[in-house]
Amino acid sequence: MNFWTDPLKVAAEWLEGILTGWGMDAIFAHVLVVFLGVLLLITILMVLDIFLVWIERKVVSRFQDRIGPNRVGPYGLIQPFADIIKLIIKEDTTPDGADKVVYNLAPILSMMSVLIVWAVVPIAPVILGTDLNVGVLFLIAAGAIGTLSIIMAGWSSNNKFALIGGFRQVAMMVAFEIPMLTMLLIPTIFAGSMNMNAIIQAQGSIWYFFLSPLGTLIFLIAVIAELGRAPFDLAEGESELVAGYNTEYSGMKFGMFYAGELLHAMTFGGIWGILFFGGYRFFGLEQVSPFLAVLIFLAKALIGYWVIMWVKYTMMRIRIDQMLAFNWMFLTPLSFVLLMVTALANALLAGTSIWVYGIGMFASNIILGWVALEIVRSYSRKEREKLEGPRKVAEAHH
Amino acid sequence: MNEWIYVALFMIVGAIIPIGAIVAGFIFGPKKPNPIKQSTYECGIEPVGDVWVQFKAQYYIFALVFLVFDVEAVFLFPWAVKLGQLGLYAVVEGIVFISILIVGLVYTWRKGMLEWS
Repeated sequence: MNFWTDPLKVAAEWLEGILTGWGMDAIFAHVLVVFLGVLLLITILMVLDIFLVWIERKVVSRFQDRIGPNRVGPYGLIQPFADIIKLIIKEDTTPDGADKVVYNLAPILSMMSVLIVWAVVPIAPVILGTDLNVGVLFLIAAGAIGTLSIIMAGWSSNNKFALIGGFRQVAMMVAFEIPMLTMLLIPTIFAGSMNMNAIIQAQGSIWYFFLSPLGTLIFLIAVIAELGRAPFDLAEGESELVAGYNTEYSGMKFGMFYAGELLHAMTFGGIWGILFFGGYRFFGLEQVSPFLAVLIFLAKALIGYWVIMWVKYTMMRIRIDQMLAFNWMFLTPLSFVLLMVTALANALLAGTSIWVYGIGMFASNIILGWVALEIVRSYSRKEREKLEGPRKVAEAHH
Repeated sequence: MNEWIYVALFMIVGAIIPIGAIVAGFIFGPKKPNPIKQSTYECGIEPVGDVWVQFKAQYYIFALVFLVFDVEAVFLFPWAVKLGQLGLYAVVEGIVFISILIVGLVYTWRKGMLEWS
């Protein structure tokens, strides 16, 4: 074991050795070293977050046929730092009649809910926060804090736009949490564990994307809704609700919501990669060096983030009734049926070779997706005929 | 237990960083409040009426439906973890359980509670 194969453990043991050498209590030294590790990871995340602002602005510019920030520093790289300085020297206003405690707590919880997700994200086989055996449940718990922060921000601002935006966002987040939660069960079934690292290790022979392509798609849709990004950004429909739940926030408090949203998107891009695309695994390359594994994970997370941005800048916003109907009447039943089909196929195909198992799983997913689309299509045809009358095909011949 | 110490430290540091950023903004930003600036934003006109009013009951119903499915997760996660070892019998049990939930969803649907009116 040396620094290049297990950097965290070597560094931790070295530091603990120094600290106990100074006569520090062993337990206290251990906690202090863990604290420093946490601080390091969160600092890296915050720096990454700053560059995400730049990435997001560059990518949206390209989608809209613009160049984007290119004046401050090479390729505009210094732009986000200028933005931060601007946010810090802005006046921090609190509206009259706001619930001050809740109002100030909301942006903090918003950022924290994103950061704590990284406590269970395996960045490389040996570089991970903690190997929590209920990692998948922890994700849901962290997401619930994010939901809470939004209703807190909307309610405490003493502003009608913020309140309506908060309600809409929370209605959407709790609605789409059901399909997301159900899709989290699918990798759990395959891996037989809720541990994120075990889920990645179990994807050695085949990525779960190939076992559950429909689940991958449903998870992506639910994640985009959880993030409140287009096409599900009706909480911030700027032509009707100004900026939704964060209308009244200014300066760094707004900055926390904004940075939290970007980091959230990238985090969920990474989790999408972990659950369905093998996380840090890439044809055995992760065995070479943990540093290479970090790069692989980062690449997958950024690709996931790019897909989320791609959807955001391509789709238009949908109405709240359409959004809720889409979730409760289509996505939720579909995800439960998919869960049942997966559990059944998993039991029936147990013990067969990986090829039979994989093809059976893939086929069952594709068939289910196709049947669901056909049901929706026939339903919408009926609805259309109710409005417009039956299609007059025969008349053309007369 | 060690793992949960890590999670607790993560939550503490994860809260301290945004608090630090907001406090920095509070220190470096100007503080010149006035009644017009402090009034809530309502597209430039005077705010009318109270904000904390009765909200649409539909949100409440969605929250109730959500609660049913969220609680179910507590039962489904252990089931999913041990599914590989338990065999077909547990799968059928799980399918019956999920079917009961879907019946609940269909009932809500039939009652027209999922329509946004």
